[in-house]
Amino acid sequence: MLREIRPAIVLLLVLTAITGLAYPLAMTGIAGALFPAKAQGSLIEKDGKVVGSALIGQEFKDDKYFHGRPSATLAPDPNDSTKTVSAPYNAANSGGSNLGPTSKALADRLKEDVDKLKGENPNAAVPVDLVTTSASGLDPDISPEAAEFQIPRVAKARNMPEEAVKQLVASNIQGRLLGLLGEPRVNVLALNLALDRVAAK
Amino acid sequence: MTVIGWLQIILFCVIIVALTKPLGWYMTRVFNGERTFLSPVLRPIEAGIYWISGVDEKREQHWVTYTVAMLLFHVGGFLIIYGVMRLQAVLPFNPAGQGAVAEDLSFNTAISFITNTNWQNYGGESTLSYLTQMVGLTHQNFLSAATGIVLAVALIRGFARASMRTVGNFWVDVTRCTLYVLLPICVVFTLFLVSQGMPQTLGDYVEATTLEGAKQTIAVGPVASQVAIKMLGTNGGGFFNANAAHPFENPTALSNFVQMLSIFLLGAALTNVFGRMVGNQRQGWAILAVMGVLFLAGVAVTYWAEASGTSTLHALGLTGNMEGKEVRFGIVASSLFAVITTAASCGAVNAMHDSFTALGGMIPLINIELGEIIVGGVGAGMYGMLLFVILAIFVAGLMVGRTPEYVGKKIEAREVKMAMLAILILPLMILGWSAVAVVLPTGVASMANAGPHGFTEVLYAYSSQTGNNGSAFAGLTGNTLFYNLTGASAMFVGRFLMIVPAMAIAGALAEKKSIPPSMGTFPTTGGLFVGLVVGVILIMGGLTFFPALALGPIVEHLAMNAGNVF
Repeated sequence: MLREIRPAIVLLLVLTAITGLAYPLAMTGIAGALFPAKAQGSLIEKDGKVVGSALIGQEFKDDKYFHGRPSATLAPDPNDSTKTVSAPYNAANSGGSNLGPTSKALADRLKEDVDKLKGENPNAAVPVDLVTTSASGLDPDISPEAAEFQIPRVAKARNMPEEAVKQLVASNIQGRLLGLLGEPRVNVLALNLALDRVAAK
Repeated sequence: MTVIGWLQIILFCVIIVALTKPLGWYMTRVFNGERTFLSPVLRPIEAGIYWISGVDEKREQHWVTYTVAMLLFHVGGFLIIYGVMRLQAVLPFNPAGQGAVAEDLSFNTAISFITNTNWQNYGGESTLSYLTQMVGLTHQNFLSAATGIVLAVALIRGFARASMRTVGNFWVDVTRCTLYVLLPICVVFTLFLVSQGMPQTLGDYVEATTLEGAKQTIAVGPVASQVAIKMLGTNGGGFFNANAAHPFENPTALSNFVQMLSIFLLGAALTNVFGRMVGNQRQGWAILAVMGVLFLAGVAVTYWAEASGTSTLHALGLTGNMEGKEVRFGIVASSLFAVITTAASCGAVNAMHDSFTALGGMIPLINIELGEIIVGGVGAGMYGMLLFVILAIFVAGLMVGRTPEYVGKKIEAREVKMAMLAILILPLMILGWSAVAVVLPTGVASMANAGPHGFTEVLYAYSSQTGNNGSAFAGLTGNTLFYNLTGASAMFVGRFLMIVPAMAIAGALAEKKSIPPSMGTFPTTGGLFVGLVVGVILIMGGLTFFPALALGPIVEHLAMNAGNVF
């Protein structure tokens, strides 16, 4: 048994160096060279300033922007570090609501949000993704139905014809990969940037 | 449920089956010590590693030595993770300035990673430095995966060999598994993941100013290199708190699909390694068929339940349970991922299992409680399944009144006792600790949901940790002294007290003579065998865990249909 001690120590250190340092550092170098923008987090700059990541959702509350899904992310309470407070789209602390199917808190929240959205657009069915929190709290996407649902509000806030907003939404829909994998979706940040570009013209 | 949804599920199964044979062929060559196409590059490194660590690659080990070597290796791995976590504040690669991790959380996480569980009581981006992620977690992802695989290979050798006292050399097996199997696949996989948008940087967290003018701190890091091995090695510990639901940890539908494939890839291939080593590939296919039957049944239930939604949603005119799911994956890819990650002992999640419907969330729980033998954790699934096969063969032997045989080996009292011992570890830890937790105020205080769902959170936590899965009903506040320590004991016992009996079986089988099949040998490549093994698994699991499930998800489903909320 004693002769197993040396490999237990040396082999462990060698394999740690290979898999824990050489491998991630080499991959960082290679990935940075091959896919520089993606390796950094697909950041989007506007006028030289980082406005977000193409992959990370951000909070939109203004009527003139399309809104993303509700987010359940938290942040430490500034007044008491042992507690947390709601901080939607906190990209330094991802997470979901973890409310279960028979949760009263979830039932109340859903009812409140559905009622609010019905007031905003009584003519369309409320899309389920617009009232449910995502798993990460950072979902960058909404369903095409959720984007279409918001068209009247955005068009009114921007004094744009609904038809123009509708076209913009249509051109921002990403379909399934090869018509099969994933779900059709609209990236909210990309859509809002496109809206701002149109408005600036 | 939709046609496109089912097509995605079928495509997944077809690709896994198609990859099983070529990868099984390659892995068999690796573990037989034969040359592979990577040998010109890797052989000098391999020889150098043996030289520096004093390993004689020609010398094989008795099963006891093999097991002791494995345990020693893990003691060292534990010390490295624990040390790095406690000292991360003063070590390099810490741009976010993370402080030292608390003692009980470091202990829990170190046990969690050496046991291939990767239970997340830590929140990656808010707790761990880049060095901890790389040296602490990424390296142990490799080594615990390699350990699982080589233990399965040692047990397979037990079946394949005759009249031999040794089962292989642990050091050689681990080195070859890491160099020839895990690393090459991970290099390609990492680059693919970055091409999909996964970050791989040592740079600082990004400060962004959103379109509405708010500040957003975006956590980044060396994500892709860790996620590659996290999935391939069925480890599942997330770089980020939200795991594979985080857009950086799973950016696209394609990255999601390939990640799902990578969970099953090596586990499925090991069934073919088994078939090749015992000299009949159909023996491997029969085992894969057992796994396939149980897998598809689970997928169908979860997909149906999630697509139907809950009474709360129905009352508001909504269908499809999207709470805790991402739009880019939708219902089907979230349901499929949940069943895969718990069938294997991966534990990565791309949706929050806590928010699944009662029945949709029950299937992941059952998958874990059956012992994660549906493909299973890399290696662990294979040796877990072989334990159930031994029991099934024993039952068949009782029915016809002959000494049971499997792939040329007589299965006798010692093997059956060891298999039972290993399998009984599961209920002991899962039901035992759950019972303790629900009568202690400190255990109850951690529940996030009231009613039966709160009990399911606790049951899931101990199932996941004992089964070395690592997924969670994440509402439960697991980062408390009570859950950190009891959870660590569940993970440790669930891993190592299963391994030791399995290795004892390997040693006993290797010493036995091989007997040729005769007229009275029960054929183990046909539908009857598959059905028998499925039956034994379901009866064992059903009798053991049904009462607990009745108190959790089943009563919750009935309460939901009656319109109750808690």
